[in-house]
Amino acid sequence: MNRHNAPDATVFKARGLTKVYRMGEVQVHALRGVDLDLYSGELVVLLGPSGSGKSTLLNILGGLDTPTDGQVFYGGLDLVRAREADLTRFRRRFVGFVFQFYNLIPSLTARENVAIVTEISDDPMTPEEALSLVNLQDRLDHFPSQLSGGEQQRVAIARAVAKRPAVLLCDEPTGALDSTTGIKVLEVLERINRELGTTTVVITHNAGIAAMADRVIHLSDGRIGQIIKNQTKAAPRELSW
Amino acid sequence: MRALHRKLLRELWQMRGQALAIAVVIAGGVATLVMSLSCLESLRLTRDAFYQEHRFSDVFASLKRAPESLREAVAEIPGVRHVETRIAAGANLDIPGYDDPATALLLSLPDGRNADLNRLYLRQGRLPEAGRDREIVVNEAFADAHGFAPGDRLAAVINGRRQELEIVGVALSPEHIYQIKPGDLFPDFERYAILWINRSQLAHAFDMDGAFNDLVLALSRETRAADILDRLDALLAPYGGLKAVDRSDQISHRYLSLELDQLAVMAQVFPTIFLGVAAFLLNVVFSRLISTQREQIAVLKAFGYANREVGLHYVQLVLLITFLGVALGMAGGVWFGQRMAELYRDFFRFPFLEYVLSTRVILIGCAVSTGAGLLGTIAAVRRAVRLPPAEAMRPEPPPTFRPTVLERFGLQALFSQPTRMILRNIERRPVKSLLSALGIAMACGILMVGRFQESAIDYMLAVQFGLSQRDDLTVTFTEPTSHRVVHDLQALEGVYLVEPFRSAAVELRHAHRTFRTALQGVGAGGDLHRILDADLNVLALPEEGVALTDYLAEMLGISPGDLLEVDVLEGRRQLVRVPVAGLIKEYMGVSAYMEMEALSRLLGEGQAASGALLAIDAGYREEILRKLKDSPRVAGITDRNTAIANFMDSMADTVLIFAFFSTILAGSIAFGVIYNNARIALAERSRELASLRVLGFSRGEIGYILLGEMALITVAALPIGFLIGRGLTAYLVKGMESDLYRIPLIIEPGVFAFSTVVVLVSSLISGLIVARRLGRLDLVEVLKTKE
Ligand SMILES: Nc1ncnc2c1ncn2[C@@H]1O[C@H](COP(=O)(O)OP(=O)(O)OP(=O)(O)O)[C@@H](O)[C@H]1O
Ligand SMILES: [Mg+2]
Repeated sequence: MNRHNAPDATVFKARGLTKVYRMGEVQVHALRGVDLDLYSGELVVLLGPSGSGKSTLLNILGGLDTPTDGQVFYGGLDLVRAREADLTRFRRRFVGFVFQFYNLIPSLTARENVAIVTEISDDPMTPEEALSLVNLQDRLDHFPSQLSGGEQQRVAIARAVAKRPAVLLCDEPTGALDSTTGIKVLEVLERINRELGTTTVVITHNAGIAAMADRVIHLSDGRIGQIIKNQTKAAPRELSW
Repeated sequence: MRALHRKLLRELWQMRGQALAIAVVIAGGVATLVMSLSCLESLRLTRDAFYQEHRFSDVFASLKRAPESLREAVAEIPGVRHVETRIAAGANLDIPGYDDPATALLLSLPDGRNADLNRLYLRQGRLPEAGRDREIVVNEAFADAHGFAPGDRLAAVINGRRQELEIVGVALSPEHIYQIKPGDLFPDFERYAILWINRSQLAHAFDMDGAFNDLVLALSRETRAADILDRLDALLAPYGGLKAVDRSDQISHRYLSLELDQLAVMAQVFPTIFLGVAAFLLNVVFSRLISTQREQIAVLKAFGYANREVGLHYVQLVLLITFLGVALGMAGGVWFGQRMAELYRDFFRFPFLEYVLSTRVILIGCAVSTGAGLLGTIAAVRRAVRLPPAEAMRPEPPPTFRPTVLERFGLQALFSQPTRMILRNIERRPVKSLLSALGIAMACGILMVGRFQESAIDYMLAVQFGLSQRDDLTVTFTEPTSHRVVHDLQALEGVYLVEPFRSAAVELRHAHRTFRTALQGVGAGGDLHRILDADLNVLALPEEGVALTDYLAEMLGISPGDLLEVDVLEGRRQLVRVPVAGLIKEYMGVSAYMEMEALSRLLGEGQAASGALLAIDAGYREEILRKLKDSPRVAGITDRNTAIANFMDSMADTVLIFAFFSTILAGSIAFGVIYNNARIALAERSRELASLRVLGFSRGEIGYILLGEMALITVAALPIGFLIGRGLTAYLVKGMESDLYRIPLIIEPGVFAFSTVVVLVSSLISGLIVARRLGRLDLVEVLKTKE
C-alpha cells in the first residue's frame, strides 16, 4: 500500500454495506446496502438529510466502526475482517479525521493538539508547519478555550493533515461555522487535497459546498441515491453558501 | 516531553484538589500499614536484640530443692549449652509510707556479679556487691511506681523474718519484660516487685546453701526445647520439680507475644480497611473522569492510539496519584511508627528501641497501595480501553428525566422548584447517588473502628467487675487453708461478706490440645463471684463437672458433654477426667470453674480455701488492709479498683495507643473521601448550575441545589455507615481475640455520635469550600467549554 496512490486508483471499495443499530427492542437501519468506490486524490462531498447514515458510512470507512454486513477494502486491507490492532495501525498511518465538534483535547495547546498525532506518525509535518497551513501560526500556544470555533476547527484540520494522511475524512467540518469562517476552512481542505493529493471526503448539509467536489454522493435513508460527477470544480471562494 | 504526558500532568494539576484528597486517603492507608508494620518489626527486633544481648534463657524450671551437684547432670543433656541454677522465693514487702500489701519475687544473682543467663540491664546504680547482704536491685517499673532510686530502703518479710533492704540498683530483665504476678491477669507495678539479691544471702535465709530451687537453661542453636523438656522433667522429678517450660509458656514471653500478635492483627485489619476505602474512592473518581473524557479517548483512538496506549495513559495518572499518596504515607508512617514504637518501648520497658524501616515494609507499602490503586481503577480503565471510538464520538444522549416518586403522587406542591431539582437529580442517577453515599458511609465506618474500642473496653470492665467479680478485695492465702479462716475474716470490722474460693493450677487436655490455667472452685450461691452465661444471666454451677469459658472451650475444641482431662499440677498431682457441664461468658482470661465442694472432692481434700473474696465498707479499707497485711497466712491482696486500673494501664493501653493513631488517620481519610465527593459533585454539575445562573437563578439557589443534594446524601449515608462500621468492628474484634481478653462487640452511642460529628464537620468544611467555588463560577468559561 502506497501512501499516495496513482490517480484514479481505487482507494476504498465498499460492497453491500449495512449497519443496524439495536436499541433494545427497536432496530435502526443506518445503512441498507451501500456500494461505493472512492478514488485516489479525489474530493468527494457526501450530502444527505439528517439521519441518512453519512456519519455511519464515514466511520466505517475510517476504521472507527465495523458494518453489520458487507465488505469494505482499503486497497488490499479488508476493514471488516481486520483485527483491532490492524485497524489501529490503519488509522494511525493512513487516516485523518475532522469532526463536527472539533474534539480538541482541552488540556493541550493548539501546537500540542497537533503534536499528539505527529508523535505517533512516520513522516509528519512539524506541528508548526501544519498550523501555518491553516493560518494559525500565531495561535500556537493557545488552549482550545482561548480559540474561536473556526480557529478550533482549523486546529482540528491541522491535526488531521499533519501526518500527511492518504485519506482525510471530514464530518461536517463547517457545520458550526459562519460562512466566512466556513469558507476559510474549506479552502484549507481544498488546498490540502490539491497540494498533497489526499483523498478527501467531506460530509455536509450544505448543498452549496457540493460545487467544490470532484464527485457528489447523495445518501438518503441508508442508501446511495445518486452520484454526480462535477465537470468543473468551483473554488471555495466562489461557493454560494 | 510527549504531548500525551503533558495532557497527563496538566490534568493532574487541574484536578489537584481531588488528587491530593485521594492521595491523602492512600497516604492514610499506607501510613497505617507502615506505622504498624515498622512498629511491630521494630518491637520484635528490639525484643530479640534484648533477648540476645542479655541472654534470655530457653528453658525454665522450678523445683522444691535440689543439690547443686544436679547441675552437672542437667548440663549433660544433649543440646544444653548453659545451665544456671538459682534460688527464687516469694516475700511480702513493707514499703515505707505505703499501706497496701505488696509482694515480691526474690531472685538470686551470683554473688557480686550479673547472672549468666537473663542478665540484668542496669538502669541506675549497680549490682549488689559480694558479701553485702542487704543490697538489692529492683525492677524499674516497681521503682518508678514508688519513686525509688538507689539509696532508698524498704523492708521485706523473707521466710518469716523481717529484713531491712537497701536498693543499690534499678534494672530491666529479659525474663521480666512483662512483669506479672503468676495467677494475675494484669501487671500491678505498685504491688508486685522483682528483687534481685546475692545468692548466698537468699540461700542463707531459706536454708538453701549448696542447693537451688530454680533453673534456667540456654540451648544450642539447633536444639528444640520440646526435646529437652521430658528429660529435664525426669531429672527434676525426684526433687519436686514442676513441669519445665520453654519460652512459649514463660509468662513474660507469652504475654509479650500475645500483645505483639494483637498488634499484628491490627496492623493487618486497619490498613486493609483504609486502602479498601482508597480503592473505592479512586474507582469513583476515575469512573467519572473517564466518562467525561470519552470524546477525547475517541479522538486519540481515531488518530491511531492503540487501546493499550490509552489504557496506559490512565494507569499512569492512577500511578502518579498513588505514588504521591505512597510518598506522603511513607513519611507519615515512619513518623507515626517511630512515635508509636517509642510509646511501646516505654510501655514494655525495653532498654532501647531499634526502630527499623525495612525494605520489606517499604515494598509491602508500595505494592499493597499500588495494588489497591490499580484494583480500584481497573474497571474504569478497562472501560476506556474498550470504548469503541465511533460510539464515543457521539455526544452522550441527554439524561432522561422522569417525574420523581413524590411528583407522581402529586406532592410536588410541597417543594420549591430547587428542592424538586434536588430530588429529581438524586432519582435520576440512583447509582451515582448511592456511590457517593457509600463513600461517605465508609468514611463513617472506619471512624467507628478506630473509636469503638475505648467504650467496648469500658463495657467489658463493667461486665467483668460489675456483674461477675463483685468483691472489693480478693485475699489469697499462702497455702490452702481451712474454712475456719473465713470466720476470722468475717470478724474484722467493716467486712460485710466473705466468700472462700479454691483455685488449683491445672493443665487441661482434650484431644491433642492442652492449656494451662487455674481451675477455680466457687461456692454455690455466692454473690461476690458470679458465673455468667452467654446472655449475662447468673449461672448456677452444676454439682458435678466443669464449666469452661466459651473461648477456652473453643481453644480446646471441646463442647458440653465431652470429657475433659485435668492434670492437677499441685497437691497430689493426679490426672482425672471431668465432664464439661456448660459454657460461660467471660471477656477476660480463660478459666475453668467448678462448684467448690466438687473441686475439693476432685482434689481429694477436705474443705480448703485458696483465698477469700471480701465485700467491705470503704471507710474501713485502710484498717482492713493493715490487719490483713500483718496476717502471716495472707500471700496477697488484690482490690477491684486496682485491678481495673491495672488493666487500663496495661492491655488496654496497647490497644488504645493503636486506636488513637488509627483514629487520626481515619479522620484524615474520612475528610478526603467527603471532600472528594463534594468536588466531584461540583465538577459534574457546574455546567448545569451555570446554565441555571444564566436563566436567572440566584447564587443562593444554585448553592442550595448543590449543597442540598450533598446534605441529603450525607444524611442518608450515615445509617449505611453505621452498618459498615459494625461489620468492620466485628471483623476486628474477631481478629483480636486472645486468651488474655476478648473485646465485646459493643458499640456505645458515643461511637456513633463521634463518627457522625466527624462526618458532618468534614461535610460542612467541604461544603463551604465548594460553595466558595460555586460563588466564583465563571459563567462564560463554563458554558463555552465542553466539560
Ligand atoms: N450508536 C447508535 N445507536 C443507535 N442508533 C444510532 C447510533 N448511531 C447512529 N444511529 C442511528 O443511525 C442513523 C444514521 O445515523 P448517522 O449518524 O449516520 O446519521 P447522519 O447522516 O450522520 O445524520 P446527521 O446529519 O444528523 O449527522 C440515525 O437514525 C441514528 O439515529
Ligand atoms: Mg452525522
